[in-house]
Amino acid sequence: MIRLEKRAQPARSMLLLAPLTALLLTLVTGVALFAALGQPPLPVLKAFFIDPVRDAYGLSELLLKATPLLLCAAGLSLCFRARIWNIGAEGQFLLGCLCSGAAALAFNDANLQGLARLAGVAAGLGAGMAGGLLWAGLVALLRHRFNCSEILTSIMLNYVALHLLMWAVHGPLKDPEGFNFPESALLANPLLLPAIADGYRTHVGFIAALALLAAFGLVGGRTLVGFQLRVMGESASAARYAGFSQGGLLWLALLGCGAAAGLAGAFEVLGPVGQLTPHLSSGYGFAAIIVVFLGRGHPLGMLLAALLQALTFIGGENLQIEFGLPKSIAQIFQGLLLFYLLAADALIHYRPALHKPVVRIAA
Amino acid sequence: MDIHLAADLLHAALRAGTPLALCALGVLVAERAGVLNLGQEGIMLMGAVTGFAISLETGSHAAGALAAIAVGALMGALFVLLTLPLRANPVASGLALAVFGSGLCAFVGSGYVGSSLQGIAVAAIPWLSELPLVGKALFAQDPLLYAAWALALGIGLTLHRTRFGLVLSAVGEDPEVAHRLGVRVLPMRAAMACLGAALTGLGGAYLSLAYTPLWTEDMTSGRGWIALAMVVLAGWRTGSVLLASYLFGFFSILNLLMQDMGWSVSPNLLSMTPYVLCLAALIALSSQGRFSDRRAPGALGQNFHKEG
Amino acid sequence: MASAEARQRASVQPRLVLERISKRFGNKRANDRISLEVRPGEIHALLGENGAGKSTLMKVLYGVHAPDGGRILWQGREVSIPGPGAARQLGIGMVFQHFCLIERLNVQDNLRLALPELTEGEIQRRFERLGERLQLKASLRARVSGLSAGERQRVEILRCLMADVALLILDEPTSVLTPPEATALMRGLKRLAQDGCSILFISHKLAEVERLCDRATVLRGGKWVGTVPLAETSRAELVAMMIGKTLASLPARPRAPAGETLLEARFGKCGRLKRAEFSLSGGEIVGIGGVAGSGEQELLQLISGERRGAAHRLVFFGQEIGAAPVQRRRALGIRSLPLDRIGQGAVPSLSLAENFLLTHHGWGAWIDGPWVNWAEVGARAEQALAGYDIQAASSATPAGELSGGNLQRFLVARELLGEPRLLACHNPTWGVDPAAKSRIHEGLLNACAAGAAVLLLSEDIDELFSLCDRLGALCNGHLSPVLPKAEVTPEIMGHWMTGHGDP
Repeated sequence: MIRLEKRAQPARSMLLLAPLTALLLTLVTGVALFAALGQPPLPVLKAFFIDPVRDAYGLSELLLKATPLLLCAAGLSLCFRARIWNIGAEGQFLLGCLCSGAAALAFNDANLQGLARLAGVAAGLGAGMAGGLLWAGLVALLRHRFNCSEILTSIMLNYVALHLLMWAVHGPLKDPEGFNFPESALLANPLLLPAIADGYRTHVGFIAALALLAAFGLVGGRTLVGFQLRVMGESASAARYAGFSQGGLLWLALLGCGAAAGLAGAFEVLGPVGQLTPHLSSGYGFAAIIVVFLGRGHPLGMLLAALLQALTFIGGENLQIEFGLPKSIAQIFQGLLLFYLLAADALIHYRPALHKPVVRIAA
Repeated sequence: MDIHLAADLLHAALRAGTPLALCALGVLVAERAGVLNLGQEGIMLMGAVTGFAISLETGSHAAGALAAIAVGALMGALFVLLTLPLRANPVASGLALAVFGSGLCAFVGSGYVGSSLQGIAVAAIPWLSELPLVGKALFAQDPLLYAAWALALGIGLTLHRTRFGLVLSAVGEDPEVAHRLGVRVLPMRAAMACLGAALTGLGGAYLSLAYTPLWTEDMTSGRGWIALAMVVLAGWRTGSVLLASYLFGFFSILNLLMQDMGWSVSPNLLSMTPYVLCLAALIALSSQGRFSDRRAPGALGQNFHKEG
Repeated sequence: MASAEARQRASVQPRLVLERISKRFGNKRANDRISLEVRPGEIHALLGENGAGKSTLMKVLYGVHAPDGGRILWQGREVSIPGPGAARQLGIGMVFQHFCLIERLNVQDNLRLALPELTEGEIQRRFERLGERLQLKASLRARVSGLSAGERQRVEILRCLMADVALLILDEPTSVLTPPEATALMRGLKRLAQDGCSILFISHKLAEVERLCDRATVLRGGKWVGTVPLAETSRAELVAMMIGKTLASLPARPRAPAGETLLEARFGKCGRLKRAEFSLSGGEIVGIGGVAGSGEQELLQLISGERRGAAHRLVFFGQEIGAAPVQRRRALGIRSLPLDRIGQGAVPSLSLAENFLLTHHGWGAWIDGPWVNWAEVGARAEQALAGYDIQAASSATPAGELSGGNLQRFLVARELLGEPRLLACHNPTWGVDPAAKSRIHEGLLNACAAGAAVLLLSEDIDELFSLCDRLGALCNGHLSPVLPKAEVTPEIMGHWMTGHGDP
C-alpha cells in the first residue's frame, strides 16, 4: 500500500514541478476526453491550445483576455496570502463594469475632446474602481463587524451584482434605440481606451494590469504589510501576539482586491466590449482564483497562469466555432487543472512511500 | 388573499424549498462530520443534468434520480480523494469542484437546452389532500418530495438520537479526541462527504425532474451556495435547516404573489431577493453567534491526519 | 487470592513487556530501542526530563503512533496495537495530559462515545458507584466545558475504570492538579493497584513518584537508562539517571539594587482571570504559580496588550497604558513570551528571520518605511542564534524544524535582543531539555541584572522558588498577595493555589 510520508522539508523542486505536472495531466485527460467524444484528439487540442496563438493578432487577443484575469488575480493574491477566502472577485468585477458603464454613459458623446474626454474616461475608470471597492468593502464590513464568513457573503454579493447588472441593462441603462436588446448604448470612441497598436484590440489596460501585478507583488513580497498578511494567514494568534491590526489588514486586502477587480471591470467596458451587456464576464473572477493557486501567488507565476487561463477561454471559443463543441469546455479544463494541481501539491510536503509493516527485531 | 391562492402559494413554496432542503441536508451531514465542501453548486448542477439526461433517455424518473445520487456521490468521492489522502486545501478543492461541475454540466447539458421532460407526477393522497389550505400543500405533492421528507426525518433522528450521530459529532467536533477514542475518523469523514454530496445531487435532480422539468443552463442559480449559508443560519440543526430552506422557498416564489397583487417589480430585482435575504439573515444572526449551541462543529474544514 | 503461587506466576509473567521499541519523527529519534516491563498490580513510574520520549513511548503503547521497530507483549502474548481501539480491547486505558474529552458534549455522551458496549442504564449505574469512590460530584448531564481540570481528569479515569482496564496509563496527571487534588488522586490510585490494576505513571516529579510507585524506568534523550526499585534507590541516583550528569547549579544571583517600581497593575475580570493586583520593580523576578487554566494566560495577555479594556489599570513608569496596543507597549519596553511557542510565539512555517521580525517590526535598521530589509533581519536573527549557541540552524530555517528547546532559546534570545524593561513569560522552560532550561534561566537572570523586571508565570514550583525574589499564585482567577520569597514556603504556595482563605 502506498501512503504519504511527511517530508522533513518541503520539496522546493515540487513548487515548480507540480504546476507543470498538473498541466501535463490536464492535457492527457483532454486527449482522452476528446477521443471519448469521438473527436480527433490532436486536431482538437491544436485548435484549443495552438491555433489561438498562431499569429500576432492571436497573441494580442490572448493579452486582452489575460488583462482582467491578471487584475483579479493580483487582488486575490493579497487576500489569499492572509487566507481571507474572498470568492467575490467576480461580483467586484461585475459591479465595476456596471458603475463604470453608468458613469461613462453619462459622458457619452462622439465629439468629446480634451479635458471633457479625459474627465469621461477618468469617471469611467474611477467609478469602476469605486464599484469594486464598495462590493469588497461590504465583504470586509460583514466579516469585521458581524463576523460573517467572507466565503458566503462574497458569493452572495456575486449574485447580487449579476442581477443588478441585468436589471440595469433591462431597465434604466437599456439603449432606447437598441431594438429592445438588453444592452446599453455603445460608448463613443473618445471614451474607449486606446489600443497599444493599430489593428489590435489589446489596450493600455494590459500595461496597467502588469504594473498593478508588479506593485501588488512587491507589496506582498517585500513590504512589512505583505509580511503581516502572511503571518495573519498562517496564525491569527501569532499576528495578535506580534501586535498586527487584523481588522486593518482585512480591510486592506479586501479593498485592494476590490479596487483591482473593479478596475478590471472598467477596462472591459471601456475596452473591448464598449457597452454594458449581460455577458460581460466569462467567469473571470472565478478563473482568477485558479490563476492565483496555479501561479502560487507569485507575480511571474500568476502572469504565466493568467496567459494559460486566457488561452483556455479563447481555445474554448475556438472549439465551438471549429468543432461545434460547447465552449464550457474551457471551464472543464480550468477545473481539471486545479484538481490536478491540488493533487500534485501534496508532493511538496509529502512523499509517497510504500507502507511497511512494523519491523520486528528478533529478541 | 383568498384561501385558494394561499393554498397554491404554500404548495409552490414547499416545491421551491425542496431542492434547497435536500442540498442543505447534504451539507449538514458532511459538516457535522467536519467536512467543509464548498463545491455544492457544481455537485447540484451535475445532479440536475444527470437526472434530466437519464430520465429523458430512459423515460424513468427513478433511474434519473438514482443516477443523480450516484453522480453526486462520485463528486463527493473526488473531493474526498483530494482532501483526505492527498491532503489538499479543502477550500480550494471545493472551489475546483464548483468550477469543474458547472463546466461539465454546461458541457453535458448543451445538447438538451430547451428540451423538456414530463415532470414527476403528483401523487395526491386521497382524502387528506382535500383538507383546506394545507391539504394540497402537504398531501398532493410528487413522490420525490415525500422521499425528501422521509430522508430529512431519518437524518434528523440519526444525527440527534443515535449513537452513530454521537460518533459523527465527535468526529466533527474534535477528530483528535475521536481518533484516540478509537473512532475511525477518516472513513467516517469520507462516507459523510460522499453521502452529503449524494443528497446534493438528488437536490439537483429534484430541480430538473420535478420543479422545472425544462433544461436551461445554470439550472440551480446559486442554490448550492445558498444551501451552505442555510446550514450556517440554521446553526447546524436539522429542524432549523429544513425551516430555513422552506422559508427561502417561500421567498423565492414571492414574485407569484406580487403578480397576483398587481405589483410590478423588475424580475431582475426580484431574483436578487434570495441572496439579499440570505445576507440579511447572516447579519441578523451574527449577533447571536455567541450561543455555543449555534456554533459550527469545532473542526469544520480542518484536515485531520493520523499521526505516525 | 494473592497466594504465594499466584504471586510467583505473576512475577514470571508480567502484564506488559515492551521490547526494544523505536520511533522516529523525521530525523529525530524519539524512542531508541526502549524496553519496559509492568507487573500485575504494580505502580510503575516512567521517569524522564521533558523531551526524554516518555509520551511518545506511551502513544506507541496506546496505538496512537505506530512503532518503527520492536515488539509488544501483553499477558505474555505478542500483540500489535494498530489503534487506540485495539489498546482498549486488550484492557489498556490511558489518561492523556491533554484530556481526551469533547468539550461541547456532556459527561454522559463522552462516556457513551468511549464505551459502546455499555447500555445507558449500565453507564448510569457504574458512574454513580465509581463516582462516589473517586469523589466526583459532577452530574452526567454536565457539559465538559464547565468542569474543572480535576473533575475532567476524574471523568477520564472513571471512564477507563468503567471499561475494566488491566493497565492504566497516566501521563503527567498531577500537572493540572492542586496539591490536595494530587494527594487525593494518589490515594485513589493506590486503592486501584491493590485491586490488581497495573498503573504506568508518567512524571518528571520525583517526590510524587517516590511516594506512589514501586519501580521506575528512566528514559533520557529517547533512550532507556535503567529500571530500578524505588525503595532501594536514592533521589540523587534517580536525578543522575534522568539528567545524565550533575547540572551546574544556577549561577550565583547577582543581587540587583532594589529598583524603583516599574509597573503597577490592577486587573479586573477578563476571561478566567477575575482579579489581580501587583507591582514590579526593576531588577527583580516575580513568580506567579498556579495550575493551568487559572487565569495566567489572560494575565500575560493583559500585560502584553493582546487583551485590554477599561476595567484594567496598568501604570508603567507613571504612564497609564491600560488601553495601549501591543506595538506601543513593546516600544515602551514591555515584551512577553506566550505559552504556545508554536503558533503564537512563533509561526512554524516561517523562517527564523521572519519569526524574528514578528516582534521587531516597529523600528530598527531593517525597517525602511514600508520596506523590509531582509538581509538585515537575517543578520539579527543569526545574532540571536549565535548568542544562544543554537546549532544546526540558519536564519532561513523554518521555526517548525527546531526542537522545542532550541526554539525556546531562540525566542528568549529574540525578546532579549529587544532590550526589554519588562519581560513577562509563561512556562518558558516547559518541555525543553535540561541544557536549554539552564540557558533560558541564565538569560532571564541576565535581563534582570541589567535592570529589567521579569514576571515569571510557571507551573513548575521548583523553578519559581529557585529563580524568584517574590512569589504569588493564581487560583480560579484570583491572585494571592505577592510576598518576598523568605516569607513563602511551598505549603503557603499550595494553599494559595487551592484558594485557601480566598473568597
